[in-house]
Amino acid sequence: MVVSRRAIVLGGAGLLLALVPPIAALTNQPFYVDLFRRMMIFAIAAVSLDLILGYGGMVSFGHAAYLGIGAYAVGIPAFHGIENGFVQWGLAIVASALAALVIGAISLRTSGVYFIMITLAFAQMLYYLGISLETYGGDNGLRLAARSRFGGPIDLSQPTVFYYVVLAILVLFLVVGRRLVESRFGMVIRAAKSNEPRARAVGFSPFRYKLTAFVIAGSTGGLAGALLANQTEYLTPEFMHWTRSGEIMFMVILGGMGTLVGPVIGAIVLLLLEDVLSALTAHWQIILGPTLVLVVLFAKRGLFGLLPIAPPDG
Amino acid sequence: MAETLLAIRGLSKRFGGLLANDRVDLDVVRGETHAIIGPNGAGKTTLIGQLAGDLRPDAGAIRFAGQDVTRLDAPRRSRLGLARSFQITSIFREFSALDNVALAVQAHRGGSFRFWRSAREEPALREPARLVLDAVGLGARADALAANLAHGEQRQLEIAMALATEPRLLLLDEPVAGMGLEESQRMVRLLGTLKDRITIVLVEHDMDAVFSLADRISVMVYGRIIATGTPPEVRGNEQVRRAYLGEDATP
Repeated sequence: MVVSRRAIVLGGAGLLLALVPPIAALTNQPFYVDLFRRMMIFAIAAVSLDLILGYGGMVSFGHAAYLGIGAYAVGIPAFHGIENGFVQWGLAIVASALAALVIGAISLRTSGVYFIMITLAFAQMLYYLGISLETYGGDNGLRLAARSRFGGPIDLSQPTVFYYVVLAILVLFLVVGRRLVESRFGMVIRAAKSNEPRARAVGFSPFRYKLTAFVIAGSTGGLAGALLANQTEYLTPEFMHWTRSGEIMFMVILGGMGTLVGPVIGAIVLLLLEDVLSALTAHWQIILGPTLVLVVLFAKRGLFGLLPIAPPDG
Repeated sequence: MAETLLAIRGLSKRFGGLLANDRVDLDVVRGETHAIIGPNGAGKTTLIGQLAGDLRPDAGAIRFAGQDVTRLDAPRRSRLGLARSFQITSIFREFSALDNVALAVQAHRGGSFRFWRSAREEPALREPARLVLDAVGLGARADALAANLAHGEQRQLEIAMALATEPRLLLLDEPVAGMGLEESQRMVRLLGTLKDRITIVLVEHDMDAVFSLADRISVMVYGRIIATGTPPEVRGNEQVRRAYLGEDATP
């Protein structure tokens, strides 16, 4: 069996991510475990958005909504003393899937700018709903007493254990996502993105496939939200703010739409830039903005598109 | 032989002040190639749009294979066996030629709620698609990106996608439009090989193509069908000559 250069590079990148905790321990910089875990959590959210944005052409500007729903699905049960991780994360997935089903069923009847605005409007509605939840902290948010409990060796209060749980979920989702976009199902949503009238003319009814993809992306975004709440050990409605949706979308575009791996690179680079630049100056956003503009202008297929292992278009 | 496959009754479509189709009645018999000709703006593409399910008629009914399809959307009509080509080439540009046809096969064979197995490695999709590509003469271009095909090849690809859906009726909207002489002759030859197997409704401006392919011709002017008949009948029809063909267009 021939192992492609692409597989070797991606495997190597995965190995590097797996080596972050031991290296951080050796160099006595535990902060990096935290930073890279955060990157990978956003990478999961970005990859889930790429599924519908990059492959399905659905420009959802409200992806942070699922992040928020997932976070509250951890925070609210925890507030009532339910700290079981299976319950919390299961709730995160189910609740965000249901929200995506409702939001998708309505917004997928529109297209173009209207689709962008409706998904944005739904996310902002949930943001204000979060603010109005006085019991759960309103706009101050909610502090988690403890991370989700799974029992056995999966103890998320151990930074390294939590790190590998996140890495495993990211890798699993990348593998599943790759199968998904190559499957019959994936071919339908990609065909509908490429040319919807033609897809309809050959006999596909794209709506149900797009809605399914929307729900898969939403539920994965919800899982990323559950992870994020555990990461920060608190949650606020800010998780759902539209700037957060924009940030996730930016990770996808920066890394390369329709590549799955690209958004992982996008998430890592964006958070790394934020981290490095904010250490240099308080006005780091003045440097970040133009940098991002340059990348988008000169790397039309994102950072991943610059690598020699990037797949051809299509 | 004289079984009606497609029956159009009183079909009307209005765009603002323009009556694009005015009580159109038309029967397409199973096995025939039925050409619809007429000057620009006569309403031919509007008629195709209503037959394919992209435009909703204001009045009238369409029966296909004995079933009322007036209210069915385009994907459902496609699954019933009504395939089409578009006036302006419509393909999946970012996919290979073979992918394009395999997608058409997929739409008609089994479900698409399959999430794991690679669709590009399914012989049940790829093999029929390859056969259809060979049949339209694109076998050697199977792996080329659809966007990179020549214009004539893209039109052939559209025909291949329509054929891959195993249609009972093929709606062709100006299949030789924009083609050079050689390309259009190749397309006419291709359609000639299909006309014995499939019922075809052909909208076309190229009179050479129409008169060499059509068994019957309907003439549309100002949204109405003013005559239907065999090519000699239509050619000899005074009203048609005056309204449309003109003296120099006499074949």
